[in-house]
Amino acid sequence: MPFACIFVPDFPVESLVRVEPELRSQSLAVLEGKAPLQKVFAMNENARRAGVSPGMSKLQIEACAGLVFRARSLSQEAAAHATLLDCAQSFSPRVEDLDCDTILLDLAGLQPLFGPLPKIARALARRASDLGLKTSVAVAGNPDTAALAARGFSGVTVIPEGKEAEQLGSLAVEVLFGNLAQDSVQLLETFSRWGIRKLRDLAALPDVALSERVGQAGIHLQKLARGATSRTLVPVEPALVFEEVIELEYPLVLLEPLAFLLGRLLEQLCARLEARALATQELRLDLELQNGYQSDESAEPAFSPSSHGRFSRTLRIPVPLLDWRTFLKLLQLDLKAHPPGAPIVKIRLAVEPVRPRAAQSGLFLPPTPEPEKLELTLARIAGIVGDDKVGSLELLDTHRPEGFRMRRFAPSEPQGLKLFYKSTVNAGLKPCSTVDARNSNARNLNTQKLDAQNIDVQNRDVQNIDAHCDLVTALRIFRPPVDVTVTIQDGRPARITCPKRKEMQGEILWAAGPWRSSGDWWEQEGWARDEWDIAVQGETGIALYRLVRDRIGGRWILEGSYD
Amino acid sequence: MSSLPLISTAAVSRPIAIAVPDWSTPDFKRLSLFATPKLAGVTSASRLEVRPSPQMVSSGVREIDTLTGGLPRGCLTEVCGPASSGRASILLAALAAATQRQEVCALVDISDSFNPLSAAAAGVDFERLLWVRCGVRLQKSGSPQRHPSTFLRAGSDTKKKENAHREIEKPVEQALRVTDLLLQSGGFGLVIIDLGDTSLKMARRIPLTSWFRFQRAVEHTGTVLFVISQVPCAQTCASLLLKVSGKKLSALSCQLSQETPTHAQLLDGLQIQGELLRSRLERKPVGSVTTAFTTKVRTG
Repeated sequence: MPFACIFVPDFPVESLVRVEPELRSQSLAVLEGKAPLQKVFAMNENARRAGVSPGMSKLQIEACAGLVFRARSLSQEAAAHATLLDCAQSFSPRVEDLDCDTILLDLAGLQPLFGPLPKIARALARRASDLGLKTSVAVAGNPDTAALAARGFSGVTVIPEGKEAEQLGSLAVEVLFGNLAQDSVQLLETFSRWGIRKLRDLAALPDVALSERVGQAGIHLQKLARGATSRTLVPVEPALVFEEVIELEYPLVLLEPLAFLLGRLLEQLCARLEARALATQELRLDLELQNGYQSDESAEPAFSPSSHGRFSRTLRIPVPLLDWRTFLKLLQLDLKAHPPGAPIVKIRLAVEPVRPRAAQSGLFLPPTPEPEKLELTLARIAGIVGDDKVGSLELLDTHRPEGFRMRRFAPSEPQGLKLFYKSTVNAGLKPCSTVDARNSNARNLNTQKLDAQNIDVQNRDVQNIDAHCDLVTALRIFRPPVDVTVTIQDGRPARITCPKRKEMQGEILWAAGPWRSSGDWWEQEGWARDEWDIAVQGETGIALYRLVRDRIGGRWILEGSYD
Repeated sequence: MSSLPLISTAAVSRPIAIAVPDWSTPDFKRLSLFATPKLAGVTSASRLEVRPSPQMVSSGVREIDTLTGGLPRGCLTEVCGPASSGRASILLAALAAATQRQEVCALVDISDSFNPLSAAAAGVDFERLLWVRCGVRLQKSGSPQRHPSTFLRAGSDTKKKENAHREIEKPVEQALRVTDLLLQSGGFGLVIIDLGDTSLKMARRIPLTSWFRFQRAVEHTGTVLFVISQVPCAQTCASLLLKVSGKKLSALSCQLSQETPTHAQLLDGLQIQGELLRSRLERKPVGSVTTAFTTKVRTG
């Protein structure tokens, strides 16, 4: 059974380079510790050639020309590790998390899917590279040999069955001791004193003599050197946490560089989601603000002399999406409408994974807006008119005037062909075809009275058309209502006066009412009103209005006009 | 006809002999324009293809469908009329018909005058209706700086926003921008711009280029762009222009009796007369084309 190992050399450095790719070509050293006692923890090959080694102080390496140093970031290492796991799990479901920089995969059964073993190894390396990590990949007949080969050889290595000892022989003994525990340091010193430099030297030692001198640990190391170990993988089931974090060297005050960084993080997250065949409907953006600023979604930023402030925004999308550009645009529009109000020192972006949307468009269904475009359009419209001024309606169970609320616009998928056909035919039109205006039946252009029977409709439900197509008289609402002064004569309104809207004032020709209604008297905001329908002789003709008298406040208002 | 060139290049210094062709000769008559290679690709105007008619959908009002054939997709339709002439009723009927066809609709409400109860009575499916409520919106000026390094701002136009005075964005300007976004987004079966309560002054100030832009945006799409206004605004950009007026009020069909108590009076509805002023979809017959219909008041 073949196994593959993905190893990331200089993992702390790679985790930083993953979010700042421009550093790859430079000499980079990673520092750990508190100032001024920071020491070099890891470095890349360029820095190694420049003379940087682990344990050097910051003062010592500052003398190196062209050297860039960064503080070690555990959060970015965690994100890089999660990325590595996602990469491995996009190939095989059986993955072992050996170390933060080493992942083992079981390749059994994958050759019919991905091709021969060398092709699988190259695909692994390419996928990791696409995710921003430079890796070494090795394939062997057992997991330990694959891990040793990945750590010892750079690039892609495939060890054929039976050739483990021969291929591993050239590697240095240090490759056996990955974590440099105390016992390992002693064994390494012992091997060094014996002159054991390569794995082939260790493999050639007699078993009995070795066990007498260094015990079972030595025997185990010898088996590793010979590539003769055999074990099963301990598969890992990591929690599906998709989060990217980036700490900034200097505070951000402009939106453009923030958008640039967010784009990178979103691209990484979407790639990880795609590797697992997932999508997302919710983005959470947490920004750490510079010292002294505190902000939340609802309040204005306020200054308080305390530790780092936080700014959080959550974007919820009605349908699962996986386009990082759409997410970036939505975040940009949201941040423009709700800026954090303080310099940013740290960015955390997390997404909630969900199953992707599976939708099949019908051939005869009416077109609907694309969800991605619709979300962007709604965000832009909200930026123009306000969040609470765009959306769909929901009527509330109340008789109170304006008893409705706005909610998020999320149209449901249209139903099947049958409903569409029926509704089109009921409307008196031929379904899914162009009505030729010249040949349409029942066109009597010179009469003012139309006969419904002249309409040529093939549907049996033609008798129901009158019932379905009764035109409802609409009432246009004045928001806010128009305050008026009403002159009462013989208990009925006779004239209305409105200084602000002169076109609405005049003699009341006709009035119907009043109709009395009230409600919510058991609550603090009770209401009671008398409604009249009136016809007013205005400047442009007779207009019909709804006149309301608030019985609690005594105020007269024009609530709307019948149109 | 002689084959001499009209002008001889060799005879520049000599008097030029010009041969005038004799048009009456049989040789000349045999010449046909269509034999000339340059004109061979010209198609006779009678053989030009007629632009296909747009697909028509129901407006929700049977009489209007009979008068106009319905509302054309990919075109701008305008309904104009004074207050209480039935414009909003036609708007609700069109919305109800479109939502019942399971199309997604958008209403750009410039005056924020849409009544949900009337819409529910008309049968509008709110799940498929995007309501954009335009209104006076104040743009915030830059907040006072609390820290020398200031807060997050948007780059190059930062100073403009920081120093900007409070500006009031007019509803009509909002509506034009919103309509642009909706039409560019696509996928809407019906987009309505409600200018019914907008003052004549503001409505007339909408530039013709905006209407032209909207008309081009919906062309070749399945979207019906429907405009409600007091006076015709879209002018030549509207493929269909319908004028409505309140013919007479149902409740006032009797003489205006002062003896009848008000509580015994009831508003039945409106009697509306519609006149087709323009239709680019077919040749308009001589004489005014009108129709009449009534609306019913329904309690919610």
